[in-house]
Amino acid sequence: MIGPRVRRRIGSALMTGVVVTLCILAVLPLLFIFGDLVAKGASSIDWHFFTRSPVPAGETGGGVANAIVGTGVIVGLACLVGLPIGIGAGVFLAEYGSGRLGWLVRFVADVMNGTPSIVIGIFVWTWLVKPLGHFSAMAGGFALAALMIPMIARTTEEMVRLVPHSLREAALALGYPRWRTSLTVVVRTALTGIVTGCLVGIARVAGETAPLLFTALGNLNFSTNVLQPMQALPLQIYVYATGPFDEWHRLAWAAALVLMGLVLTLAILARWATRQRYGAR
Amino acid sequence: MTADVVRATTAGAPELLPGAPRDSLLLRNRADAVYRWTLTALALALPLLLVTILLELTLGAGPSLERFGWKFLVTSVWDPVAEVYGAAPMIFGTLASSFLALLIAVPLALGVAIFLTEFAPRWMRQPVAFLVELLAAIPSVVYGLWGIFVLIPFLRNVVVPPLRAALGWTPFFEGVFYGNSMLAGGVILAIMIVPYIAAVSREVLLAVPGAQREAALGLGATRWEAVWTAVLPYGRAGVIGAVMLGLGRALGETMAVTMVIGNRHDISLSLLEPGFTMAAAIANEFSEATTDLYLSALFEVGLILFVVTVVVNALARLLVWRVARGAAVGSKAL
Repeated sequence: MIGPRVRRRIGSALMTGVVVTLCILAVLPLLFIFGDLVAKGASSIDWHFFTRSPVPAGETGGGVANAIVGTGVIVGLACLVGLPIGIGAGVFLAEYGSGRLGWLVRFVADVMNGTPSIVIGIFVWTWLVKPLGHFSAMAGGFALAALMIPMIARTTEEMVRLVPHSLREAALALGYPRWRTSLTVVVRTALTGIVTGCLVGIARVAGETAPLLFTALGNLNFSTNVLQPMQALPLQIYVYATGPFDEWHRLAWAAALVLMGLVLTLAILARWATRQRYGAR
Repeated sequence: MTADVVRATTAGAPELLPGAPRDSLLLRNRADAVYRWTLTALALALPLLLVTILLELTLGAGPSLERFGWKFLVTSVWDPVAEVYGAAPMIFGTLASSFLALLIAVPLALGVAIFLTEFAPRWMRQPVAFLVELLAAIPSVVYGLWGIFVLIPFLRNVVVPPLRAALGWTPFFEGVFYGNSMLAGGVILAIMIVPYIAAVSREVLLAVPGAQREAALGLGATRWEAVWTAVLPYGRAGVIGAVMLGLGRALGETMAVTMVIGNRHDISLSLLEPGFTMAAAIANEFSEATTDLYLSALFEVGLILFVVTVVVNALARLLVWRVARGAAVGSKAL
């Protein structure tokens, strides 16, 4: 005969086991995905993979040089537009964001963080592709910027908020005007954190495909003209993965490994930087 | 003495800077104002962006809205040749795949959140949380690639045969499984939204006061009972918010779903049959849309998707804020 107390103990132990199992199950796909990426992608990565453009369908060989450069250009454009607006909005939220406008901006940023990126693609298409009459890397950059802004605004705000109030007070007491206090003391102190947030944001948009589908479009040739269609790694992976050729699938895995490596490097770099700065927190 | 103080406070401030021109204070105030208004303008870009997107989508969807009205939502014919469009299959597909994803992801994510806040030894918390967050860093297209070449064969060989043997008699597991299917879409979505739900629920559970736990334990509850009867109910609104955030992600997820769901304009109850989602339809057909009405129909699909995700996200944020007030919950997910 099992008493109620023992039964409750057993029930509790059982549920703990269930929770642990669920947690393991949640992490498992990550290990599989990384394992498969390395297993299927690593063997195809060589010098040519990084230095050559794609060859016509059906032939073997070729690389993704155009896509790597394209991703660099498009993400660079996105930073040019997105970082100033995102950081500015973030500093506003931290410095002046206690009122109603602050609440609204914060709320909109959080809501926009979850909007489907494909919708941003449509929006940029109506503004930059349709009027100009052709797809372009510039449009792709703007689409990624629009995705980046809410993310960066929120992380910047958090980082600026971590700056102790006494620093600000000290600067104001020394006679610094508010704008100089904010820029040279508060933002300066939070700079590592802000850079970290930006890195995370960049890592995030560098892997986006959906908003580029009908903005940057993709390009099989090497191109650095921002007013013309341009290839990007995620677009190339999409085309190769859904294509019919084994050779394409092989390249898709290799390109995915490269993209993953890029994104992870940025993400881990960001994490490492925060650890350095705020590790004691 | 008193008079001196009064003079100092009324007219004293400019005198504090001897030799400075009288209007330097004015100038400095102006600089402050410029700084403030520049930041405000940058911040206003966000609400402006939201409103502009909404406006552009509505304008673009105009012809389709006019032509089909409410029927757009409930009819299933999608025929670019005859210029008849009904979005019911993709609306159904979006809801079905997201629901399936939640069914799988919510237990997993809550498991992660509860384990990390309540049971895990301290040294384990950061690394495990980091691993789960890494799931959010994997680009959607990589999930799609993995879905096509690893997940679908796995489902075909390992998961589907026993499922059919056990549940083949229900309408949900009828038909032949070719690979690209609602099931594959739901599973890949589930993997993708776990980190979001887990990160937010974890922060919500962390925000539950320790006294809540201690009180339950003090009354003789076991650790699980404390979690189940004291911690989870306290954070209920926030956890529901976390789930809704996951739902918002699932509704709008595009690439991975497009690559594995099959992209067919049909409503089928069977999880083994191909389906379609709103986001996938836009991704697939937008650049092929040759006529204005076709394009407009896709704009309307985008509008529906946008409005639905914004509403879901807004509700979710409000719920989460109720528990973890003002914190940028979930932004720590990469």
